[in-house]
Amino acid sequence: MNLTTTEELVKTFNENSKKLSPAQSDVRKDAISAFQKQGFPGRKHEEWKYTNLAPVLGRDYLIEDTTTLNKKDIDGLLLSSMEANHLVFVNGNYNKELSSVNAEEPIVISDLSQAGDINEYLTASSITLNDSLTELNTALANGVVITVKKGKVVNKPIIIHFVGDGRKGNIFANTRNIFILEENAQATFIENYSTIGSNAHFSNNITQIVVKKDAFATYYKIQNDAQSDHVGTTQVYQPEKSNFAATTITLDGGIIRNNLNIRLSSEYSEASMVGLYMVKGNTHIDNHTLVDHAKANCYSNELYKGLLDDKSTGVFNGKIYVRQDAQKTNAFQSNKNILLSKDATMNTKPQLEIFADDVKCSHGATTGMMDEEPLFYLRSRGISEKKAKALLMHAFAADILEYIKLEPLKELLDQTILDRLS
Amino acid sequence: MLKIKDLKASVDGKEILKGINLEVKAGEVHAIMGPNGSGKSTLASVLAGRADYEVTGGSVEFLGKNLLDLAPEERAGEGVFLAFQYPVEIPGVSNTNFLKTAVNEIRQYRKQEPLDSVTFLNIMKEKMKLVEIDQALLKRSLNEGFSGGEKKRNEIFQMAMLEPKLSILDETDSGLDIDALRIVANGVNKLKSKETASIVVTHYQRLLDYIVPDFVHVLYNGRIVKSGTKELAFELEEKGYDWIKNEVKAGSAV
Repeated sequence: MNLTTTEELVKTFNENSKKLSPAQSDVRKDAISAFQKQGFPGRKHEEWKYTNLAPVLGRDYLIEDTTTLNKKDIDGLLLSSMEANHLVFVNGNYNKELSSVNAEEPIVISDLSQAGDINEYLTASSITLNDSLTELNTALANGVVITVKKGKVVNKPIIIHFVGDGRKGNIFANTRNIFILEENAQATFIENYSTIGSNAHFSNNITQIVVKKDAFATYYKIQNDAQSDHVGTTQVYQPEKSNFAATTITLDGGIIRNNLNIRLSSEYSEASMVGLYMVKGNTHIDNHTLVDHAKANCYSNELYKGLLDDKSTGVFNGKIYVRQDAQKTNAFQSNKNILLSKDATMNTKPQLEIFADDVKCSHGATTGMMDEEPLFYLRSRGISEKKAKALLMHAFAADILEYIKLEPLKELLDQTILDRLS
Repeated sequence: MLKIKDLKASVDGKEILKGINLEVKAGEVHAIMGPNGSGKSTLASVLAGRADYEVTGGSVEFLGKNLLDLAPEERAGEGVFLAFQYPVEIPGVSNTNFLKTAVNEIRQYRKQEPLDSVTFLNIMKEKMKLVEIDQALLKRSLNEGFSGGEKKRNEIFQMAMLEPKLSILDETDSGLDIDALRIVANGVNKLKSKETASIVVTHYQRLLDYIVPDFVHVLYNGRIVKSGTKELAFELEEKGYDWIKNEVKAGSAV
């Protein structure tokens, strides 16, 4: 299957649509026709100006999912040895046999296609800045709904492993997961991408996180797989006073687009977004973030840092909307980049739209080569240029790792980064 | 130990050093004095290997090697140490981790075994006493948020840890009150030996009350225009730099 036209995808949809629950079928049909009308986004689309999907769409992908992965195959994957609830998705589909969830955790996992009352999260308007890829995901995706019960704390992190079984061919996977944290609930989610076999793994995912009153959600997105191409939207809803923190770490990949949209629709909510991308080769990393301050007295803080080497390219687009009602908003944004090679590129665009008059908002973006002064200082103490650069890069990255409250994850990422630098 | 011959250097095409000649032997302390903009800090930076400066002529020999051919880290390995006038703040790199890396990189250069953590910590404790530096500073990021005095003390502490053969102190006294100055000078004096040498770059004579030089050189307009013993420093303090400037003018007029 080739993705340069929409035909085969529509055909796939029509074959699968019989399995859909009647409640969802209208929403999904609307989505496929919307997708069919728009096609995949090209460079002329304003939000896709710097990210070119053509190399990903031009590939041939397997139509049938004939995966036969077993537990042994996924043993060595990043994070698989971490003490956690492991949910494994193979080629986009939840694989219960490969997953392990502690029965005592206060969570309910249900199949997305059978879930009844979730249409409000499937419609186009549920995604801020909806585009044809989100429509395609709505039409095709399988996934799960994870509900964390009222007043409960999930003890161990919930790790979502997106595994591509690329042994027989290239994989195109669509997954739609919805995490619902009921009132005063607390949970940590980690999404991780990997590929088995030598072919490419292109995922078009949506994760929706509903953080209800006084709930607390921590979300990590880890990307360290050279074979993964990815377009993903993480859509966060904070309908009432609640807390949300996202950390997006990209250490390797093909063409990657991470959308992170947060709706702060009630007073006194807080959202934190941090990100680190440390890429080389031809990796393309695009982080599009959007915080919508709809109500007063909310706080959002955003810090993305990037180290780009070789011919890698980076994009940062940070939108902050402060609506007229959102007085006393505190919204901060910063994006800092270091280009380690003259062939690396970074496009950064802070975009603040403020309609309230009593707010504290700031933004800043810097892109440059590594500072000569600290480098000379370290070298003058006998430290080789390579090691001095490694020390400075590690310090730059560690600034983001400091936000990671989950110690084992922090240590693992720190070690991965140190190994890379040595 | 160090032989500088007719050293010329420029920055952004502007010649700052216009032919420096200086010889430093083991066991000696040389003071380099001079008015602002005379090229004192440039000389210190060129010796340490700062890339902003282009050496346009002359030679520098250090223990038989051509110093100008060596990268900054190799110069440190050979035993050159520059105490910076403005030590750089490096957030995220812990002082201790930095020092351990530096010590072991230099040991590797000198073909010595790396120090294990226990030995390193013991040496560190011993040297800390020498320069009266607080342990809390060592746990923090390198120079980050340090006061001027703390930064200078940290420079001398690094010097103690790295055991250089030639230390160049670039205006280490600037911004120090008298107590801090005394502590820093004490540290330098304790580290002095027959095998090591120092070049003390300063604007004021005050530091030389504590670090007594064997020779004093006056740098003006990119050249050493006068050399003498420590009495020269007193004379400078008394008469001011205008005295030198006028002498140079008179000399060139003849």
